[in-house]
Amino acid sequence: MNPINYLYVASLLFTIGAVGVVVRRNAIVVFMCIELMLNAANLAFVTFARINGNLEGQIVAFFTMVIAACEVVIGLAIIVTIYRSRRSASVDDASLLSR
Amino acid sequence: MSSNLIGYLIGLPLFGAAALLLGGRRTNKWGHISATALSASSFALGLKLFNDMLALPTEERAMHQKLFSWIHVGGFQVDAGLLLDQLSICFVLLITGVGTLIHIYSIAYMSHDHDRRRFFAYLNLFISAMLLLVLGDSYLNLYVGWEGVGLASYLLIGFWNQKPAYATAAKKAFVMNRIGDMGLSFAIMISFVTFGAISFDSIKEAAPQASTAALTAIGIMLLVAATGKSAQFPLQAWLGDAMAGPTPVSALIHAATMVTAGVYLITRSNFIFDLAPNAQTAVAAIGAITLLFGALVGTAKDDIKKALAASTMSQIGYMILGAGLGPAGYAFAIMHLLTHGFFKAGMFLGAGSVMHGMNDEVNMRKYGALRKFMPITAITFGLGYLAIIGVPPFAGFYSKDKLIEVALNAGGIKGYLFGGAALLGAAITAFYMSRVVILTFFSQKRWDDNAHPHESPILMWLPMAILAIGSVASGFLFTSGDALKNWLEPVVASHGEGEHAELLPPMTVSVIALTLVAIGVGYAIFKYRAESNPNTPENVSIFTRIARRDLMQDAFNEAVFMRPGQVLTKSLVSIDENVIDGAVGGVGSAAVGSGQLLRKLQTGFVRSYAALMLLGVALLLLAIWVVTQ
Repeated sequence: MNPINYLYVASLLFTIGAVGVVVRRNAIVVFMCIELMLNAANLAFVTFARINGNLEGQIVAFFTMVIAACEVVIGLAIIVTIYRSRRSASVDDASLLSR
Repeated sequence: MSSNLIGYLIGLPLFGAAALLLGGRRTNKWGHISATALSASSFALGLKLFNDMLALPTEERAMHQKLFSWIHVGGFQVDAGLLLDQLSICFVLLITGVGTLIHIYSIAYMSHDHDRRRFFAYLNLFISAMLLLVLGDSYLNLYVGWEGVGLASYLLIGFWNQKPAYATAAKKAFVMNRIGDMGLSFAIMISFVTFGAISFDSIKEAAPQASTAALTAIGIMLLVAATGKSAQFPLQAWLGDAMAGPTPVSALIHAATMVTAGVYLITRSNFIFDLAPNAQTAVAAIGAITLLFGALVGTAKDDIKKALAASTMSQIGYMILGAGLGPAGYAFAIMHLLTHGFFKAGMFLGAGSVMHGMNDEVNMRKYGALRKFMPITAITFGLGYLAIIGVPPFAGFYSKDKLIEVALNAGGIKGYLFGGAALLGAAITAFYMSRVVILTFFSQKRWDDNAHPHESPILMWLPMAILAIGSVASGFLFTSGDALKNWLEPVVASHGEGEHAELLPPMTVSVIALTLVAIGVGYAIFKYRAESNPNTPENVSIFTRIARRDLMQDAFNEAVFMRPGQVLTKSLVSIDENVIDGAVGGVGSAAVGSGQLLRKLQTGFVRSYAALMLLGVALLLLAIWVVTQ
């Protein structure tokens, strides 16, 4: 199969993720959409590694996974803390700094 | 070495001024005595130095004292140095001598003023600044003293600054003097560019190699400086108003010493003027114009001090005229300066004495027949009067007659013009001074009954008497055997100037001058002998009216300089407010406005930030795609 198709899938995933970040209010869903965009980027990296026949893209993908794991831990911790104090996980409610 | 003592001449009165100003009220009790003593000790030191100079051979008489290195930048080197030579010692003795007499006079004159200490502090400050002016060995050192006397003059004219008119007079004098000071600073800059040095000695050496254009420029700038300080045309308007100061100040600063600084400057710069004939002619022309100007103003003034001030202006015009006539005239200009220092200071003190006895009334029309009540004042004033109108054998006869003679012998059309002006001036001087004397001491009593004229105390009449002796004897002393001329020879030596043929023999000149003086005196006696009107007459000719308004000097200055200056200033202010401030303010409000607009984007909704970021990235990618296609 032509590896270009993987790039199409990656851009589709990224678009879904981006739209999700912009339109959804629930912090958990927004967070999942961010993960989706990260994974879309990962898929693109791996595909480019395959197309170019070297390992750089694969290595970057591993790094991304590690960073994404850390990010999940911190992000979930923030969301849980906010939820505890405000009884809401909506991103629109967390707008204290603009006032 | 006596040259190490020169600095003390300046230092003693300066110390007095500092002690009285810094010591404050504690020094109220003895301030006037210490100031007088310090001024007198400066005079004694001057006499000692003069004595030392007499003992030396002519060419070794000039003494230098280097105080310290002042400015040392690259090729520009100025030391704070003093030069005492035959010319400066004349001034030193005049300043400290007349200055000390006026200190003594002021002890009595100012005894009722609660601020007498401050007055004496300023007098001491003036003496030391004036000494620095005449003792500096370069134009820059002279400039320091020049500004110092300007400051002292300002402080003393405005001494009674609780009266707004007096404070304004002080300001007027200061501002008009600044214009002259600018001339002096330009002269210093041009001489530095031309010669690379500004000390008198080095310029004197280098002057013959310089171009005439540069020398003329320096000369004209020095003349501007002299017109400012010496109240010469066209910067003469401040002197009349300067009479707002206490009378001893008018006698010391605005008659005997400070206003003659311009004559000193021109005589000191003889090495420049002798090589710049055009500048020299300009000097003589200014002198001739001013001597007539002052004399005409003097004929119409009813304020005794203003009449004397106009006379001062006119007499300094004579000196400037003499100094502008080159080597033939310098010595006589200085001689007239010294004799004038005696008789005019004496007459001012006399006027102060009259005011003292007449409840500070200055209007001569409210005087009359005062000789019976103030005999000593009348006699001393009268001797000064005989000296100023040039009656032999009083001092003014010798000095003024010589100046008229030199002016007549200037050669060609110059001789007729300058000599004619000097002769005419002598006649008018005789008229207006006779008017002052007749209105004050003779004619009829015109004062109110609440005035009780009385003779002044000894502290006041003694200085007047000493100055009167000077007005009688000094002229004869200076001319016997050409004493002053020979004494000044090394400083103002003529370098083989071709002498012009004499237009008229000296005897004839004297006879003509005396005839004109007699006519002036006679006319004044005829006109004012029986004056009984205590008020200023109203229906007088247009000429009198113009003369009363100082020949429209203030109206001219107001119309030509002040009004356009105000318009210029106002338009510059409006340009500043609208254009420059507008640009600066515009930048500010543009920043504020764009901030207000951009602030709307900060909604606080994370999702809108994310959407904007997405949009931005998309636009960026689009731009890259467009560019790389």
